[in-house]
Amino acid sequence: MKKKHKIMLIRILLSAGLTVLANIVPIDGMFRFFAFAGIYILIGYDILRKCVKGIANGRFMDENFLMTIATIGAFAIAIYEKSGDYNEAVAVMLLYQTGELFQGLAVAKSRRSIGELMDIRPDYANIEKDGDIVKVSPDEVSPGSIITVFPGEKIPIDGIIDEGKSEIDTKALTGESLPRSIEKGAEVASGCINLTGVLKVRTTKDFGDSTVSKILELVENASMRKAKSEKFISKFAKIYTPIVCISALLLGAMPPLASLITTGEADFITWIYRALTFLVISCPCALVISVPLSFFAGIGGASREGILIKGSSFIETVAKIKYMVFDKTGTLTEGTFSVTGIKTEGISEEWLVECAAHVESFSKHPIAKSIVSEYKKEIDLSRVSDVRELGGEGIMAKFEGHEVALGNSRLAKRLGAGLEEKEDGNTRVYAFLDGEYKGAFLVADRLKAKTKEAISEMKKLGVKKCIMLTGDTKAVAEKIAAEAGIDEFESDLMPSDKVKKVEKLLAVAKQGEKLAFAGDGINDAPVLARADVGIAMGAMGSDAAIEASDVVIMDDDPLKIARAVKISRKCMKIVKENIMFSLLVKVLCLILVALGYAGMWLGIFADVGVMVLAVLNSVRAMKVKK
Amino acid sequence: MKKTYNIEVDCATCASLMEEATGKVCGIKECSVSFLTQKMTVEFTEGADEKKVMKEVFKACRKIEPDCEIEF
Repeated sequence: MKKKHKIMLIRILLSAGLTVLANIVPIDGMFRFFAFAGIYILIGYDILRKCVKGIANGRFMDENFLMTIATIGAFAIAIYEKSGDYNEAVAVMLLYQTGELFQGLAVAKSRRSIGELMDIRPDYANIEKDGDIVKVSPDEVSPGSIITVFPGEKIPIDGIIDEGKSEIDTKALTGESLPRSIEKGAEVASGCINLTGVLKVRTTKDFGDSTVSKILELVENASMRKAKSEKFISKFAKIYTPIVCISALLLGAMPPLASLITTGEADFITWIYRALTFLVISCPCALVISVPLSFFAGIGGASREGILIKGSSFIETVAKIKYMVFDKTGTLTEGTFSVTGIKTEGISEEWLVECAAHVESFSKHPIAKSIVSEYKKEIDLSRVSDVRELGGEGIMAKFEGHEVALGNSRLAKRLGAGLEEKEDGNTRVYAFLDGEYKGAFLVADRLKAKTKEAISEMKKLGVKKCIMLTGDTKAVAEKIAAEAGIDEFESDLMPSDKVKKVEKLLAVAKQGEKLAFAGDGINDAPVLARADVGIAMGAMGSDAAIEASDVVIMDDDPLKIARAVKISRKCMKIVKENIMFSLLVKVLCLILVALGYAGMWLGIFADVGVMVLAVLNSVRAMKVKK
Repeated sequence: MKKTYNIEVDCATCASLMEEATGKVCGIKECSVSFLTQKMTVEFTEGADEKKVMKEVFKACRKIEPDCEIEF
């Protein structure tokens, strides 16, 4: 609790106690008035001061002014009626201040808990100076320096491991809870926590350009990009207060004047009291605070899961995604080749893999690498001799006395195998042993483990169409699309064609239906920018992707797109709840007050109670069930 | 030139009014105030004197909330 809040709490308790006392002790007349006036000033002096200053600055319609008018009015009525019941004015001020305090605390608390989610800022970096390790501010470390990161510490600056082996926890950045093992030569992003071993990291960037700074900047600026509903609220707030004030004026004057004219009698006091109560309800605070707070909580909650949403406005759009366009390679698929099937003819699979892996370990081709990794044991290069690269065909070598040839259909044809190439979306590597066809490896870019689940999750969330765009051949695209459960795909596209396709889809989409494009952000920046929402995947450490997109997914899990939609939907639901609830309660209270069924007490509840409830509701946006 | 300042403001309505008032100060191109992060992001016009402009901004904001603070 801040000092400001503590002082307020003391004032509230003190004046509440004094009010009770003033009601017990039998004092009358002037003394009673002064006693209550004293308590009133104790609890409300800052409001009165702000009101006077506000008037001096030409601002009449703020809450301080309205509270002052309402409470002084209540005093005046008590004096006029000689009832000596000054409780109402004091109580209203007391409740108002309690509400303000509670609101201040609730907002501060939520701000802090959301802030904690994003608490990834490293405080220091360890550098070696004259044989000693000294802690310095990360700002002072220039690129190319060697920093030491001990177990349990945050990696402060992006860099490459120079020495040491360890496991790192990337949870703060990616939401992924499994630690990743790293060793010399691996790139590490700042914000990760070093878990097991001491690391020496050669920094590659300034602190300001490091991942952690970029993320913090992004999240902090997110609340600056205001959503439509936020803008609506601030516009609404501007007209709401004057409207209620004018209604209050009319309510205080019209009915009694009307009855004065028609019956010759008028109950001015009752109507003025009702008008004053109107003023108490006239502050739109519940909306003005809770709506941005909901967005803030939503953005905070998402960032904890490794989803960075660049502004409240994008929460609004993500919630309305109806068309989901994916890039294929690296987004839906791993982006690396792997063996999906092995065919053998008159030879054991184990032996074929052993031969092929040893021979292919001399090739640099990505497909060759996939075959090598299929062999789970240690490769012994001495078993291979006489290696010949066959440009555009494959590779040949001697493996333990056998002549091994591995290559594409061209090689197969030349060796006279006459094999038909089935168009099933796999690339084939044919294997020959001593000139005889012995089998083939089916190699393909594999779907990510979670792609299928991600697509079906998106469909469950009501996404109309999932579309895949790729520069790959039709056969490959067809296979991946079928496996992933994609509705439509377009193959053989040049990067500029992708923009055209997205524009076509945008033309088809109805009002309120949004289109999102998810890609790796490296060569599809124009598409990311053209779509309603650009989602960059696997962006940890890639500035280009962070720059070009609206939503950044730190790791490369496509399921996070569905999470982002869920989080955004929940956030929007809460925003709507808050708007509806606050308005409904206020309008209801205004009606009850106008009809004389409710007094200032209810007015205060409508003002403060609703606000507190709305603030508490907002914080829910932070947590979304899995 | 774009800069971000820490601010202290108590009410959300005031924050949005401050945003509006700041936008009208001479030398300010654009301004955004976030009540939640208690931050003000200001884009100055070409060649504006930051200190001078911010003094004006502070004055304008004080008129809206007498006890607000801007760290500049």
